[in-house]
Amino acid sequence: MKFLSALAAGVLFGGGLLLSGMTNPANVVAFLDVTGHWKPALLFTMAAAVAVAAPAYLLAHGRERSLLGVVIGWPDRFSITWGLVVGSAIFGLGWGLSGVCPGPALVLLARPQLPAAMFCAGMVAGLLAAGAKPVSAANAETPAAGDRTGSEGRAL
Amino acid sequence: MWVSPIDSEGAAVTAFAGVPLWRSLAGGALIGAGAGVLILFNGRVAGISGILGSALRARIGTEGWRLVFLAGLVLPELLLGSGQPVFGAGPWTLGLAGLLVGYGTGIGSGCTSGHGVCGIANLSPRSLVATVIFISVAMLTVRVTRGIGLP
Repeated sequence: MKFLSALAAGVLFGGGLLLSGMTNPANVVAFLDVTGHWKPALLFTMAAAVAVAAPAYLLAHGRERSLLGVVIGWPDRFSITWGLVVGSAIFGLGWGLSGVCPGPALVLLARPQLPAAMFCAGMVAGLLAAGAKPVSAANAETPAAGDRTGSEGRAL
Repeated sequence: MWVSPIDSEGAAVTAFAGVPLWRSLAGGALIGAGAGVLILFNGRVAGISGILGSALRARIGTEGWRLVFLAGLVLPELLLGSGQPVFGAGPWTLGLAGLLVGYGTGIGSGCTSGHGVCGIANLSPRSLVATVIFISVAMLTVRVTRGIGLP
């Protein structure tokens, strides 16, 4: 069951990326190009995604376990750390250079082409370089708190 | 196989938003639904960089749901195919960009999906800060590179 729901979630997510056109870097760059020919499409996509996901998060919030009985891996919601700030800025730089973020990158890799392959090779190397420590409490092997002192233990 | 939105630039609504409005909204709703399913059933945040990063380091046999999720993510593209992607930079620049995206989302604990969609849906101030930073820096980067051009 856990695999089935994970598969369904992945298919919904990937289908949404495709339908919204956000697997095409040109559409993403058009959103980022605020001082040029700005195209707000990505804004509508993010707003709709948040509007649908928010009720699900609200439903999940009162629960300790998911509908399938898994202890929910709640991420830290409040600590603004140097890792968060610097990491997000570095990500923004790469996103702006390419118009590609991790989800669309993997989708683009489905059709093997040099540009997507180069991006994904870099992304995997970057993730591995950053990830000598846990990436996030939410997706680490143990979903409990406890690994908050990892890569970004020092608070701002 | 459907036509890439960028190809149908002639339509008035497309010219305004870049992609027909219904596709932006319906696509976003599907992304939100995927994130909703993953938190409600699997108890996990649908952050692609986090899931990929953990999958890369996972011991064989543990937490296989990540690989299944990632397989599902690419399935629609494999079955339907989208239009030809249009890149604004060459392969070496894209490799460097990928490195920055991987490292940045690694130490920043999330990307557009984990912070931008799930974190904001979870009313997380931490994710809001991350999202404002990466969108601002990305916009600034496009502003600067528009002026000089990318290799």
